[in-house]
Amino acid sequence: MIVDVLPKAEILDPQGQAVARAMGRLGVSGVADVRQGKHFVLEVDDSVDDAELERIAESLLANPVMEEWVVRRENTQP
Amino acid sequence: MSARIGVITFPGTLDDVDAARAVRYAGAEAVGLWHRDTDLQSVDAVVVPGGFSYGDYLRAGAIAAQSPVMGPVVEAARRGMPVLGICNGFQILCEAGLLPGALVRNTGLRFICREIRLRVENADTAWTAGFEPGAAITVPLKSGEGRFVADEATLDRLEGEGRVVFRYAEPAPNGALRDIAGICSTDGRVVGLMPHPEHAIDPLTGPGVDGLGLFTSVLGRLTAAA
Repeated sequence: MIVDVLPKAEILDPQGQAVARAMGRLGVSGVADVRQGKHFVLEVDDSVDDAELERIAESLLANPVMEEWVVRRENTQP
Repeated sequence: MSARIGVITFPGTLDDVDAARAVRYAGAEAVGLWHRDTDLQSVDAVVVPGGFSYGDYLRAGAIAAQSPVMGPVVEAARRGMPVLGICNGFQILCEAGLLPGALVRNTGLRFICREIRLRVENADTAWTAGFEPGAAITVPLKSGEGRFVADEATLDRLEGEGRVVFRYAEPAPNGALRDIAGICSTDGRVVGLMPHPEHAIDPLTGPGVDGLGLFTSVLGRLTAAA
């Protein structure tokens, strides 16, 4: 399971801005905006349903006041 | 018998000792509560102090909000027990759903550590009843994630219901929306603020005694109710 969490677009992300500015100093152009978030990799049993995963994301991994998130099933075993 | 005020210690809490000292200065008994406790020992109020509970893992206050002690604290707060969250304690109360909004990284990305003037916007909460409305107080601010944010509707509701308890008397150095330093619950018994009143209770160790007013306020409310 993958859960990606990002600060909401309307909430100022000074960390993302600092990263974007650093890219300019690296000589990279064409990067308009950076948002910095979190990437969670969860190993879960098949018994855990989508509703439960959504509950985990909404109530713990992300804070709905300031963040948005995407949950997707993916085989994370090597 | 004096009022008993609980002070919670999580792994990574820093300001529990000062918070307990402020409680004693105000004339109450400070009762230490541990993050694993599930019994609040019949305290009359609770202070959730500042620091870096659980190392700020995941989000500041997020893990502490799920800790065993917070279950009974949330329950008691919903029944009207006064709760004060300072700095990381404010973040914990927001994460626990007792207060709306969230605290995010300061706009300047710098940790801010200095004295700051606040205006007491609501002098009718359990923790500010001893202040004059509009009073200016000077207390330390020390946080890296102290920028209060909420959506416009929530901000309007907080303002409309008089739930902005403390406002920075200057443009918020951390970028807090509408210069909000502290807010309260609908019943005015749960208050959270980023600056540290517990560090301003004795001129020997802080900028003055302005912070003591929060602790004497709640004591006044508790003894009036007894």
